Amino acid sequence: MKSALIAVALATASAPVLAATPAELLSGYEAQARKAGAFDGASAPRGEQFFTSRHGAEWSCSSCHGSLPTAQGKHAKTGKAIRPLAPSANPERFTDTAKVEKWFRRNCNDVLGRTCTPAEKADVLAYLLKGRP
Amino acid sequence: MKRALLAVLAGIAALPAIADDLRLPPNPAYQAECGSCHVPYPPQLLPAQSWRQLMGRLDRHFGSDASLDATAHDEISRYLAANAGRRAAPAGPEPRITETRWFRKEHDELSASIWTSAAVKSAANCDACHTKAADGDYSKRTRRVPR
Repeated sequence: MKSALIAVALATASAPVLAATPAELLSGYEAQARKAGAFDGASAPRGEQFFTSRHGAEWSCSSCHGSLPTAQGKHAKTGKAIRPLAPSANPERFTDTAKVEKWFRRNCNDVLGRTCTPAEKADVLAYLLKGRP
Repeated sequence: MKRALLAVLAGIAALPAIADDLRLPPNPAYQAECGSCHVPYPPQLLPAQSWRQLMGRLDRHFGSDASLDATAHDEISRYLAANAGRRAAPAGPEPRITETRWFRKEHDELSASIWTSAAVKSAANCDACHTKAADGDYSKRTRRVPR
């Protein structure tokens, strides 16, 4: 009993300070999407379709992140390597709400010329969480 | 006289360092925000005026939205201003390091095709050849031009 308690305490103490988990972020976006209107839950296939489509302009998400989110991507303009987006391949991803929102804001503007809706973010996250290396 | 001579000698000795050692104490905001999409370019490679121009239009940064929150914007602006170079500013609203006379001279022995080769892709991709560019090390020792 005592050792179990210590194990719990240690695990808690050594856990990095995370603002969120990917699953928490996903349910947050789903809740926002439901509030905004009809939404039947996040869909990984819809997320994949969104991620790989160009939406009428020059780039898709996969132009930089690659079409396999468990693999390394490459910036479409500068050529810089981009670490994988899928949390299964890169546990740092989707653990910091402010960082996630910052990149959605910038990158949705680059790809779609507008902000992404909570439903679109939920779908993309569902797709990225499905990926296994 | 002796002192003047020493000063000149010290100046000559320092010259090669200007060309390839662009290390600075790293700034975490600059590394994180600017270094996500490209090598965190050494601030010495553009004058303060050019950095101000770039920081003033980050929402349209060479075709990408690189906008920052106010805190990061202020911190990075201060870091760039404090470490900016003194060479002439490249022309235009979006000054490029690759359009400075200094950059062209440093790379004039290379054939034009290298910049668009699959391995390099873009002149913005310093670490395609300068393998330690992210650390500000542009020395010959760490340079590997892909063939």
